Amino acid sequence: MHQFTWLIPVLPLLGFLVVGIFNKRLPVTLSGGIASAAVFLSFVLSLAIFREVQLQDSVPERIVLFEWISSGDLQIDFSFLIDRLSAIMLLVVTGVGTLIHIYSIGYMHHEQDHARYFSYLNLFVFFMLLLVMGSNYIVMFAGWEGVGLSSYLLIGFWFKNTAYNDAAKKAFIMNRIGDLGFLLGVFLIYTTFGSVNYKEVFDGARNFGMDNPAIVAICLLLFVGAMGKSAQIPLYTWLPDAMAGPTPVSALIHAATMVTAGIYMVVRSNVLFSLAPYAGEIVAIVGLATAFFAASIGLRQNDIKKVLAYSTVSQLGYMFVALGVGAYDTALFHVITHAFFKALLFLGAGSVIHAMSGEQDIRKMGALKAKLPVTHFTFLIGTLAIAGIPPFAGFFSKDEILAVTHGHSLVMFTILVITSVMTAVYMFRLYWLVFYGDFRGTELQKSHLHESPLSMTIPLIVLAALSTLGGFIGMPEIFHAPHILREFLAPVIWKVSPHTASHSFEYMLIAGSMVILAVIIYLTHSNYVKRKQVPEADDQIPSGISTILSNKYYVDELYDTLITKPLNALSDFAYRFVELRGIDAIVNGVSKSLTGLSGVLKFSQTGYTGGYIFSMVIGIILILVLSLMA
Amino acid sequence: MITLVLLFFPLLAALGAWMLRKESVKVYALVSAIFELGICAYALQQFILDPASEALLVDYWWMKDLGISFHLGLDGISILLVALTNLLTPLIILSSFRNNHTNAGTFYGLIFIMQFALNGVFMAMDGFLFYIFWELALLPIWFICLLWGGADKVRITLKFFIYTLSGSLLMLLGLIMVYLHTPAPSSFSIDALYSATLEPSMQGWLFWCFFLAFAIKIPIFPLHTWQPDTYTDAPAQGSMLLSGIMLKMGLYGIIRWMLPVLPDGIATWGPTALVLCAIGIVYASCLALVQKDFKRLIAYSSIAHVGLIAAGIFSLNMQGLQGAMVQMLAHGVNVVGLFFIADIIQRRMNTREMQALGGLAHNSPVFTILFMLILLGSVALPLTNGFVGEFLLLNGIYQYSASMAALCGLTVILGAVYMLRAYQKVMLGEPHARSAEFTGLHTSEKVVLFSCALLIVAGGIYPKPILTIAQPALEDVLVLIQDIY
Repeated sequence: MHQFTWLIPVLPLLGFLVVGIFNKRLPVTLSGGIASAAVFLSFVLSLAIFREVQLQDSVPERIVLFEWISSGDLQIDFSFLIDRLSAIMLLVVTGVGTLIHIYSIGYMHHEQDHARYFSYLNLFVFFMLLLVMGSNYIVMFAGWEGVGLSSYLLIGFWFKNTAYNDAAKKAFIMNRIGDLGFLLGVFLIYTTFGSVNYKEVFDGARNFGMDNPAIVAICLLLFVGAMGKSAQIPLYTWLPDAMAGPTPVSALIHAATMVTAGIYMVVRSNVLFSLAPYAGEIVAIVGLATAFFAASIGLRQNDIKKVLAYSTVSQLGYMFVALGVGAYDTALFHVITHAFFKALLFLGAGSVIHAMSGEQDIRKMGALKAKLPVTHFTFLIGTLAIAGIPPFAGFFSKDEILAVTHGHSLVMFTILVITSVMTAVYMFRLYWLVFYGDFRGTELQKSHLHESPLSMTIPLIVLAALSTLGGFIGMPEIFHAPHILREFLAPVIWKVSPHTASHSFEYMLIAGSMVILAVIIYLTHSNYVKRKQVPEADDQIPSGISTILSNKYYVDELYDTLITKPLNALSDFAYRFVELRGIDAIVNGVSKSLTGLSGVLKFSQTGYTGGYIFSMVIGIILILVLSLMA
Repeated sequence: MITLVLLFFPLLAALGAWMLRKESVKVYALVSAIFELGICAYALQQFILDPASEALLVDYWWMKDLGISFHLGLDGISILLVALTNLLTPLIILSSFRNNHTNAGTFYGLIFIMQFALNGVFMAMDGFLFYIFWELALLPIWFICLLWGGADKVRITLKFFIYTLSGSLLMLLGLIMVYLHTPAPSSFSIDALYSATLEPSMQGWLFWCFFLAFAIKIPIFPLHTWQPDTYTDAPAQGSMLLSGIMLKMGLYGIIRWMLPVLPDGIATWGPTALVLCAIGIVYASCLALVQKDFKRLIAYSSIAHVGLIAAGIFSLNMQGLQGAMVQMLAHGVNVVGLFFIADIIQRRMNTREMQALGGLAHNSPVFTILFMLILLGSVALPLTNGFVGEFLLLNGIYQYSASMAALCGLTVILGAVYMLRAYQKVMLGEPHARSAEFTGLHTSEKVVLFSCALLIVAGGIYPKPILTIAQPALEDVLVLIQDIY
């Protein structure tokens, strides 16, 4: 089987090339069909690999394709690592990827430039697979930067629109800030361990003591990379803007896969992070702050995709909390369930937007339940899953995060619980406003309302099924069922955190959250459905906390004032004064003040070669004089 | 023998170009340049088969009394830069096919003389011979800028000329000083210069003689102010020759003629030079942010890129030097592509002001993709040639000093900022009336850009041949430096 492993990333790469080269000569069914088939074949291969990894006692297999960069004792192979961690990520990426490719065929049906879209989408999958499959930090970095590029290309897919282009650029640059941290981390890995291969690095690290400064620094630098890619404070502001891209892109890249790369990277490096609890604490705090702040912003957003975007940022924060407290398998659990339900929610939102002729403002929607039955039903499942209602997928993974956090710090636990409450509030607010109440759009929109085609609804149904059942791979102890995922991942996680939540606490947690959720559902229902409240127009938002939340804590403005503007002003100053009137003026002054040179200046302007011959002669005389002296 | 043919064929080609009539000279020039590339490929093959092959060596006395010989040789460092020179020359000539320069015979003749001199610089194994070629290279490029340059060419080219020449004179002085300290009988041959006995204090002075010459040519902050004007004002092919190949003379000079000759001087002043490079990277990147002319933006980005190469060299370890070699080649390809893009835009739109451009992506999908690919090489995305070089360079600098690597690493961020901003302003957004005039690429333009793109991807995926060729020669250099400690 392993001799075909290299095909997994190569198939989408071929898809990218074929669709990209034939481009507009292909009809949408063919461009989308080729692209989907490429990812689907990768999925089939991934399944086979997964089976193999599952059956064998999983000796990690390293597949070297060729020697990539070697210099002195630095040896970097272009090589893949197949172990349980990469196998499961492969399934998520290609599985969700296939569904979203198929969905896109329906969604992008009217798009002239569909071939460009599908080629980019395949390119993304290629890089994402490199990221996941790489057997050293450099191949991972190649995928890491490559998904950033694909994200840039897809956010700015409609490149006539300046705002979209700005969003794309912002995403790339913020990612690059993180990438510099990643790179520095890799350099420190190389100087510390003499290798960048996972195996050598982790084997070497096991000999180190706890909280070794080098390892702490490595973890923190790598985490800077994760902040960029996985949208954590302070590098999260690109993700909400990234919603400028086509909605399936938001589902695939900006929810299900790419943004979880940071979590994957930390799980992959769990040996290092286990040795640096100090770094872990920082990871947890940043994740916690992000989860909380993003959720609070989500409470006041009125763009259906923006709500989901902030929700993604917030959920990623959850995952980092889990990583920070050392529960790597728990974080990966949430990566998987989140991939299901968040892809589902985004695709559902896409279906809604599709039906609403491009409208994204939830204040102008309402009562879509009847017209969009499939979308409604699947979206409801997504909402239940993210809100953490049993037995849907999000319940199990979120419950586990809460439990492990409780074992770590009561303060963190409390803040996470509050965040969960906010999550349920903004999600049900969204749900009621979109599907219940009165229709608030235009007549024209109303006449166009329609359920989406099968190519779109089938992925929704599959994802809904996964969001319903996905959680059972990680049942808590009290159900006396095996935690399938934890057992599966055990070989790739060095120090499994103690999952010590007592049974009584588990029961309390479940009961408590059910009660709270019931209250939230009741309250939001009575507010948005019974009393038919609609969020106020942008110019009528009451001042105070609401304005601050609507304006996202003014963080964009803050960055603009603190970084963008000063950088431009400083650069402009440097150009005008330091460069032109400083350094260059000195150079000109020096040459003018040298009378000899001004002589050259004069006759060089009239003749051509005078100056040169003159200096050559001086040079030769100089040689002769000096050699006579010797 | 092959070395002599490789060196002198362009001189022959130059003669032919002068004698030919205008119509056919373009094709003639291209064919000659490709022929020279073939010779170079043969030499490269010989080198790979046997790096110490006698056939690659030329050594005659020239001025025996002064210890000057006509000594040419090829090692891993030289052969790569010779290959770069002869690979880029046909691309540069092809890039001029839509330009219709006046006095085309002279124009191509000068390019060939330039090629001759550059090959000489990279092959010379005699200090004096190196100097002769070094100075000779200045002459044709000066004429190219002066005769085919933009509006302000006289003032700008004069400044360029005097600036670089004064640097060169310092180098000559330095060379002579080293020569006077070679074991008797005094000689300019490379082995003699490498074994010169120089007091550490004198090495300090000599460091600056050489460094200033090389730093002006590269250029390194704060000796760079001739460069943006010259690059911007020169005809496209002039900018390509200058940035694609000629500035590598300076970087090459540091590796070949400074590191092994002046180890004490490097030990004392190398860190200072590295700091200057690092400042230059950030400074030039910031200045690139506020440029309005696309070509001037490329000029500033080039200062940042070559500053990183120089910093890598001064980190004095294998990764830094390997990175420098790879990045010299990568930068050559990328900057030729970028300057050609600027030229393509200029010829169609009659402007390079980014404010006046925009929306060009609509009518020219092929151009858009190729521009993007070359841009990615320039911002060092993995799997492009730029990444291999930048990664090794920063890694090398990191081993020297983590904080310096962090400072130099800002190019990772700033490079993306200014390049994407430029790309957006030029290519994206609503098309306006004039961008509709932007037509597709001509065949010659496609060939040039495709070649660049191909080299960018190939170099990013499989840089191994370059690294393998360079490694032994760089090990020799490192041994020579470390001997002293």
